[in-house]
Amino acid sequence: MNELSLFALIFSAIRLATPLIFAALGGMFSERSGVINIALEGLMLAGAFTGAVVTYEAGNPYIGLLAGMLAGAALAYVYAIACIKFEADQVVAGMAINFLMIGLPALISGAIYDSSGSTPQIDKVNLLPEFFNRLSLASILAFALVPVCWYVLYKTPFGLRLRATGENPAAADAAGVKIIRLRYIAVVLSGVLAAAGGAYLSIGQSSLFTRNMTAGRGFIALAALILAKWRPVPVLLACLFFGLTEALTIQIQGVFKLPSGEDIPVQFIQIIPYVATIIVLAGFIGLSRAPKALGIPYRKEK
Amino acid sequence: MKILREILSPLIAVIAAFIVGGIIVLLIGDNPFETYSLLLANSFGSAKDIGYTLFYATPLIFTGLAVAVAFRCGLLNIGAEGQLYVASFAAAWVGITFGGTIVKIMEGGQPKDVDWSWMSLPATLLVPLCILAAVVAGGIWGAIPGILKAKFGSHEVINTIMLNFIAVALVGYLTQYHYKAPGPILQTAPIGEAAYIPQLNQFLPFIPKDVPLNIAFLLAILMCVVVYVFLWKTKWGFELRAVGENPSAAEYGGISPQKQIIIAMTISGALAGMAAIGEVLGYRRHHEEGFSAEWGFLGIAVALLGRNHPLGVFVAALFFAVLQRGEIFVDAFTPRVSKDIGWVLQAIIILFVACLQIYSKTTRTKGKV
Repeated sequence: MNELSLFALIFSAIRLATPLIFAALGGMFSERSGVINIALEGLMLAGAFTGAVVTYEAGNPYIGLLAGMLAGAALAYVYAIACIKFEADQVVAGMAINFLMIGLPALISGAIYDSSGSTPQIDKVNLLPEFFNRLSLASILAFALVPVCWYVLYKTPFGLRLRATGENPAAADAAGVKIIRLRYIAVVLSGVLAAAGGAYLSIGQSSLFTRNMTAGRGFIALAALILAKWRPVPVLLACLFFGLTEALTIQIQGVFKLPSGEDIPVQFIQIIPYVATIIVLAGFIGLSRAPKALGIPYRKEK
Repeated sequence: MKILREILSPLIAVIAAFIVGGIIVLLIGDNPFETYSLLLANSFGSAKDIGYTLFYATPLIFTGLAVAVAFRCGLLNIGAEGQLYVASFAAAWVGITFGGTIVKIMEGGQPKDVDWSWMSLPATLLVPLCILAAVVAGGIWGAIPGILKAKFGSHEVINTIMLNFIAVALVGYLTQYHYKAPGPILQTAPIGEAAYIPQLNQFLPFIPKDVPLNIAFLLAILMCVVVYVFLWKTKWGFELRAVGENPSAAEYGGISPQKQIIIAMTISGALAGMAAIGEVLGYRRHHEEGFSAEWGFLGIAVALLGRNHPLGVFVAALFFAVLQRGEIFVDAFTPRVSKDIGWVLQAIIILFVACLQIYSKTTRTKGKV
């Protein structure tokens, strides 16, 4: 591999890590408060779809991004009601949100654009801008978000309460933390961030929304979060790692040959990120420790 | 009282989902009553309608049972889709290889005759062997996330999702490079005639001949009984459920949660794999890319709505079969609403069932993601 393609590989990895960073940081807030967020995939799809539709209609990617984040917030609020108020099984409710976001965008785009497969193509000038032809504004935002999240999580009263809620809600409650309200905020925040990552997929990396376009990225983001032990800076590194595996799949295609001289079948390359996720998860989950109250609904002692 | 509550909460979930779905249909600009009558009214009118509904229900019974068994052990198997996908290819592979015919397979872009007649097996051996292949392939694909969870603690939801993608890619590779039939569709060569399973029409003449309902439906009913007996009448079933209700108490009682997790996921995968039997041996007679209408995912809704009980699974599978058949009519005859309304209703039903759990003592999924 020459220097030029190494350069390309790095930028490609950053590009592909960007949606994961948004989603994983979002998931971090939710999970640190004690709510499992397997709905990241659906929240990303909400952002991707709304972002694409609003950008197409308004001709402005910033309005689109904002609308996508709002949609993520709204959907996350629904998820929060199910998990917090109704104490629903968080994994089951999360999957329901994911399924909803396979059907609902297709239903809506089928009705307004007469095409349930995808939304119309957005003009290139109306997409999120890229600098030096390579580096998206969204990538810069994602990287900038990491120290911000670190500061919020470790240096603010909100972050302290959040961590306490995820570890020992009863003690936090006794210390005067409003557990329920805090969890709502954390889940909605995770919706906003995950949706921003999703919106980047449809109005940055590509120029339209296609059905189920996240293709498991929400789950990969969750794996990155586990690998990073629910901490912001390692989240960045974990997401870059997964971005790199995906970037490699693009670079490998057509470059390496089988001993027989034929191309490696594309299917073997496609599965690399998924296999990497399984291996990394199996190898590192034993070393990571989840927030203690993760997945357990909180009921005030009476 | 208990039975009433068991029936009541799924019913509330369905009605509430239809109300929310109706509002969505209204917002989109169609008439919800018209949409729902198209969705629900085309499934029981004639023998043909009933036959098709039962045909659609067959794979859903298998995937519903698959999800239910895993759920009883506190596991959410989202991998039924991948499990039935590898099972479909495995069944087709055995059916082709031992089918005793010469088949045309694409090789390097050219159709080529491959002669497998020397490995011909009679139907009495070939059909069970094909079924076994589907069960084993599905079982292995289910066992992998089970082992990963038991040995490393990595969550089955993430792993099964990843394995779904991997299954589609690997089967796609095998189909495209080694067993592809000539033509534009990515499908394998046909299985031998000896691997065909009988159509129900042969025994029940009132079912029209063009309805592809086959004996896999009877197998599905049989598996409902088998799963019931296994879960509630055997020691193994008791141990599996004990882990689902309280893993630490089960461990204290001398049951290994790790072992039960692997067993549950293997059985779950094998049941999901059975969904391929009717499809490959009774209907298509080959493996085809994208043949599953998301049965693996629908199985989750089927299991949850059916309270993870075989009888409930059977009824819920019929209900979702009605929706699946109705979707086609909705797609064709409403101005705006597409068949995706089925996905939306399914998702809302799952969400409501999950929300209503608070009112009943049910198994919850275990593990932190």
